[in-house]
Amino acid sequence: MISERAQLLLNLADDELILGWRNSEWTGIAPFLEEDVAFSSIAQNEIGHARALYERAARDLGGDADSIAFDREPEEYRCAPLVQLRLVPDWARTIARHVLYETADAIRIERLKQHDDGELAGIAAKIEREEVYHRLHAEMWLERLREEERYTDAVEELWPYALGVLEPGLRPVLAERVGHEEVDAVERTAPGAEFVALWEEMTMVRRSAPVGAQW
Amino acid sequence: MIWEVFRQERKGQPFVHGGSFHAPDKEFADAYAREFYARRQESVALWVVPRDAIHAIEEFPDEFDLKYRRVDGYSIKARLKEARARAGTAQRADAETDALSPSERG
Repeated sequence: MISERAQLLLNLADDELILGWRNSEWTGIAPFLEEDVAFSSIAQNEIGHARALYERAARDLGGDADSIAFDREPEEYRCAPLVQLRLVPDWARTIARHVLYETADAIRIERLKQHDDGELAGIAAKIEREEVYHRLHAEMWLERLREEERYTDAVEELWPYALGVLEPGLRPVLAERVGHEEVDAVERTAPGAEFVALWEEMTMVRRSAPVGAQW
Repeated sequence: MIWEVFRQERKGQPFVHGGSFHAPDKEFADAYAREFYARRQESVALWVVPRDAIHAIEEFPDEFDLKYRRVDGYSIKARLKEARARAGTAQRADAETDALSPSERG
């Protein structure tokens, strides 16, 4: 049984790693060149956050960031279903997820900054400084797409998933910020088939190398 | 819409043209400029300017070869030499040439 602190770190880290992975699926095929670079860079930041979180989790669980990120079985991951969805090549749904995730993540990070555990509070503050720009990026797209039907449909579709990013106590805050009624959330459980395909690809190189290989 | 970016590497230094990119409005331009020109802390400040706001001037006629007006265009070296030859004061002229600034020496 892992500690509550380690589980908290893993939930967060898995979200960031898998969202970073999904967003990086746009690299090379984003709607235009500038956005391609910007969105890829955000994806890279998310994976950087995951790394920092896994490193801290590794102090509790043993191993290192790579072993926690890549050596678990698919059913051991606890990322929110929102970040698992493969959304390429649908930009409207991708932006809807981006906006919803960043809004939910902001609430979670604000809360974590107040955590009694100084180390957790510290890493939250560090992540927050980069997330500010992710939110600016999400908001500028929101401003442009908020009236578009494809976008509003996507928000409706993803809303129960967005609630599932947060623990139940924080969901009313998200509902208020997004201006949506709280509904039954799609909860964190063992991931589904779409995730397994991602995991296969993500861990392929790691699994092909002998244990203990240095990169 | 095309935006031109001028970046400053250190406080107090002049802004230097960094490049350009497409963005539909100021908000997008802000985000992309940060990503392209400041993500690795390579700039301390950016000027992001719509290309249309730049008044470009590219033609500077010089029909009468008034090169003495140019900062580097008027070398007195050759003329000094001729003058020296005429006056027969080569040695003294050499001393004068030594006192000239590097650009005047040609």
